[in-house]
Amino acid sequence: MSIMNEMRMDFLARPENEAFARMVISAFMLPTNPTLEQLGDVKTAVSEAVTNAIVHAYHGNGGTVRMRAVLDSDLMLTVDIVDNGCGIEDIEQARQPFYSSDPGLERSGMGFTVMESFMDEVKVFSQRGRGTMVRMCKSLAAEMPVAQRA
Amino acid sequence: MLTHVKRQNAVRVKLSGELDHNSAGPIRTQLDSLIADPSITRLELDLNDLSFMDSSGIGMIIGRYKLMARRGGTMAVLNGNRHVDRIFEMAGLYQIIEKLA
Repeated sequence: MSIMNEMRMDFLARPENEAFARMVISAFMLPTNPTLEQLGDVKTAVSEAVTNAIVHAYHGNGGTVRMRAVLDSDLMLTVDIVDNGCGIEDIEQARQPFYSSDPGLERSGMGFTVMESFMDEVKVFSQRGRGTMVRMCKSLAAEMPVAQRA
Repeated sequence: MLTHVKRQNAVRVKLSGELDHNSAGPIRTQLDSLIADPSITRLELDLNDLSFMDSSGIGMIIGRYKLMARRGGTMAVLNGNRHVDRIFEMAGLYQIIEKLA
């Protein structure tokens, strides 16, 4: 297993960059000829992590979000969304479906649940006052028809 | 973008483009002005042309559902988009919002 492609970019934590980050990760995946479902899954997971950084890590007050993506020769995609914001006090609580630290703002509290449903693996590293990194992995290898599976 | 048709006590609104945290605010404001009249008791959202939705969309839609429920109204969606449909299923939205064929 070796690295086939890699990218990183920094952008301002502004809401219009949610769509920008989705477009960039789509373009990065395209050479692997992903299915529409795989594209939709990764775009949605990235959108959730970037929105969390903008809304919760920086509370809408700017800051920088970094997106890093690695594609290895087995077509395993790893995406990191990193911020230097306030950090998450209780990661287990944050990952609970329908939990939101801002319940008054019509936040659904489903961000991490969406990431976990649409990606193969989601890891969260966070430190109070230092920031958060969400690492998400998904295999983009073509799914074998059921009949051909061992 | 958003277009709408009103008939008696129902409003049907067609959403297109992407529904994320960035677009949810303006869409919420437009929807709320369309259903501001308390005699409107049914809101139908046509999501067939929505190309993207994430959990910010879930929050916005649950918010409109609560608003309608508070006045004894109902809500329904037209949803032919596989991606949006999966988000609805995952969040259990079809338990409270009718899916129209």
